[in-house]
Amino acid sequence: MSQGIQQHDGYSHLAMDLLAKAKRSGATEADIIIAEGETFSVQVRLGAVDRLTKAREKHLGLRVFVGKRSASTSTSDFSADSLNQLVAETCTLAKAVVEDQVSGLPSADQMAGEKPELDLYDPTRLNTEQQIELAKRAEAAALSMDERVTNSEGGDFDSSSGRVVLGNSHGFVGEYQSSSFSMSVSPVATDPETGAMQRDSWYAVERKFAKLDSPEAVGLEAARRTVRKLGARKVATQRVPVVFDSETAGSLMGNLCSAVSGYSLYKGASFLAGQLGKPLAPEYVTVYDDGRVVGGLGSRPFDGEGLPTRKTTVVERGVLKSYLLDTYSGRKLGLASTGNASRSVGENPSVGPTNFYLAPGTKTAEDIIKTVKQGLYVTDLIGFGINMVTGDYSRGASGFWIEGGELAYPVEEITIAGNLKDMFAGIEMIGSDLVFRGRIASPTIKIGEMTVAGS
Amino acid sequence: MGELVQLTSFGLTEGEVLEALGRVKVRDVDYADLYFESSVSESVSMEESLVKRATKSVSQGVGVRATAGEKTGFAYSDELSKKALELAADTARYIANSPSGAHAVPVAVRQIPTRDLYPIERAQVEVATAERVSLLNAIDAEARRYDPRIKNVMASFNTEYKVVIVAASDGTLIGDVQPLSRLQVTCIAEENGQRQAGSFGGGGRVGFEFYHGGDRYLRYAREAAREAILNLSAVEAPAGVMPVVLGGGWPGILLHEAIGHGLEADFNRKKTSAFSNLLGKRVASDVCTIVDDGTLPGRRGSLNMDDEGTPTGRTVLIERGILRGYITDKLNARLMGIPVTGNGRRESYQSVVLPRMTNTFMLAGTSDPEDIIRSVDRGLYAVSFGGGQVDITNGKFVFSASEAYLIEGGKVTRPVKGATLIGSGPEILTKVSMVGHDLKLDEGIGTCGKEGQSVPVGVGLPTIRIDEITVGGTQR
Repeated sequence: MSQGIQQHDGYSHLAMDLLAKAKRSGATEADIIIAEGETFSVQVRLGAVDRLTKAREKHLGLRVFVGKRSASTSTSDFSADSLNQLVAETCTLAKAVVEDQVSGLPSADQMAGEKPELDLYDPTRLNTEQQIELAKRAEAAALSMDERVTNSEGGDFDSSSGRVVLGNSHGFVGEYQSSSFSMSVSPVATDPETGAMQRDSWYAVERKFAKLDSPEAVGLEAARRTVRKLGARKVATQRVPVVFDSETAGSLMGNLCSAVSGYSLYKGASFLAGQLGKPLAPEYVTVYDDGRVVGGLGSRPFDGEGLPTRKTTVVERGVLKSYLLDTYSGRKLGLASTGNASRSVGENPSVGPTNFYLAPGTKTAEDIIKTVKQGLYVTDLIGFGINMVTGDYSRGASGFWIEGGELAYPVEEITIAGNLKDMFAGIEMIGSDLVFRGRIASPTIKIGEMTVAGS
Repeated sequence: MGELVQLTSFGLTEGEVLEALGRVKVRDVDYADLYFESSVSESVSMEESLVKRATKSVSQGVGVRATAGEKTGFAYSDELSKKALELAADTARYIANSPSGAHAVPVAVRQIPTRDLYPIERAQVEVATAERVSLLNAIDAEARRYDPRIKNVMASFNTEYKVVIVAASDGTLIGDVQPLSRLQVTCIAEENGQRQAGSFGGGGRVGFEFYHGGDRYLRYAREAAREAILNLSAVEAPAGVMPVVLGGGWPGILLHEAIGHGLEADFNRKKTSAFSNLLGKRVASDVCTIVDDGTLPGRRGSLNMDDEGTPTGRTVLIERGILRGYITDKLNARLMGIPVTGNGRRESYQSVVLPRMTNTFMLAGTSDPEDIIRSVDRGLYAVSFGGGQVDITNGKFVFSASEAYLIEGGKVTRPVKGATLIGSGPEILTKVSMVGHDLKLDEGIGTCGKEGQSVPVGVGLPTIRIDEITVGGTQR
């Protein structure tokens, strides 16, 4: 590991050196982010390796302020000439835009100080053969589960690790390492009578290899989810209760997350503008964004501007308590940053979630389905039919028709429609099945009534 | 004979490129290629009447690929040193389970694109930031002048300038310079505490002058403002099965989602597409002829050559309702024994080549667009859309209207709120009963996502009537 540490020292020195150069070129403030990493991915299909990808990459992003003007640049070319040119160009670019009164770095006393142990990095290195084997085992489990599983889009195994170094002209330098291991399978099943095909997939993702589900568990779940879609049909257009499984409920939390982003709010582009402190949902609804979950997929010690991450209560007992903000969007709204600056190299900071989730209830998914006489259980959503300005919602869906509290038959080629405001207000039950498979997660939820459009 | 001009952008000689290629193309490798890419992306954006953000990104690197049978080995590097190239070559070659040795250095035939589909007067890097800033300022003023209810205008101008070289073991050594730009405007309108948004934009493989032609940039501003104001008075969209008339141009996204993806060769080779066994069969009514054409000058989806160095072409996908062809890259064409169509595309050197669409559109028919609307007693007239998506395997697709109206008694009446339309790819075009004579291509805003890779595409459509499709509104 000594090489890695050397590299890091090299990058923090490089960051400081470039920040000093930026100041000499006229910058009044600046920050730099350097990200480096390596990735490996393998896809096997029908038992044979289909695609193998391996790479190392690095990027550097520079943001400068010349008074109240600012610009951002990035490069993957770390040669001295290229970086010197980048510094000069960034300062020139900043001088070409207009002054923005609230622009600037966060104040020096806000920068992250302590170093929380978040356990984001696993040094486990798997060799190529081991990773191919894991992908093969996952796909094989899916293919052997049921004779109606006839084909496959593949089994995948991916691993990546990387390091982020962030420095700014306040003298702040922070860095952290992280890793990720993931596995997925996408089987195809064929209806023996009609020949109609269905595809679904299942996956696992963790920062620690040892925590990953077994390949067999992932493959079997993928096959189960695929086979159960066979024989899907349309249903008549009607208004019914809708139960979202944990995956699709997670997408609703994603919609909420976009709506509470400071940038959407100050532009008037969110249906939640002006709703802070007002009721959004029933009192059993509480939503958190927690950047300090140990081993969390969205955890990090500091945000994209070097501010400490933290746990924010977004919705408390049904009331909208906090937006998600970085320094800029916070200043626009007259509020403090919540430590949610998200920084992809080469872009201006924006707002992003850390670990954003709906607090679980006590009922199992089965208990929730049992309460529905006639309704829809949604397992897949497609399309982009969401108007964030108004909250109007209309998406393609598939899943299962619920009759008398039981899943009766699979359904497809239908849409579900409503308005996100009404949908959040209409949450009637929350499941206990909260599992993180990404930065945003939710247990199963039941919404009182939505319009299902079909035949 | 001089060197390929683009090589100088990478500080490489032809000899070095061929040596690296020879290192990948060993005995058990069927095909190998190197894709060198250097790109500069710039963006300026405006909101609250202030052009306050400017960004610039520079990236360069090489992607190295080896294929053996159905297997692909791929590595990429953001360094172009001899050592980095060798490492990438060795990694890509791993797939063939072949030890080094038995190198067969191919004889390269230098190819120069025989056409230039995107000549531009000034490279975008030569357009001063100040010119872009004044363009955005004018857009802000125009949109606010359109209607005082416009409360915020957000506009961005993005450009990309890409230099690429493809060196392949089949003798390809070819380069291209690919400009791309896009101007996008979003307006927020507000009235009685109610807010609505409207968006419009356009672009292509065009120079800065394009946006000034016919004051195109001001039209974008007015269109975005018009849509936002219109949507303030929109009523609930209907729910259920009904006839739908699609306007020309961007609603061609229907073709992209409903049939285009399903005809990409990779899904058909793997037999995971709902279209897998339908070649030569009827998948549309006989008024429908659909092509994918990467050769239209200046269009967003056009390319002189695809990312494997194959010249792009015009591929007939559906001819008078009959499925005629697939969209291919080299790998899938070889494995399926069908022609290479010049559709091998990748987002960047960091991504693998996939068969992808270019500009996909339906040829004009003979109906008068007004007759098409008059033929509908109760239905929807949709003229602008947001995104769409498809499940390749069961063929179900969606696309979401952002500007639509009710048709009542053969007349376009009230605007309705956005709604998602859902249908089945292999069936939907059999329900097209009328095709207008007014083929229109979109303005140049489309970006297609597949396996996490985004590439620019175009679509086009004349006015058409679909006899029935499910509309996902809330009003029964």
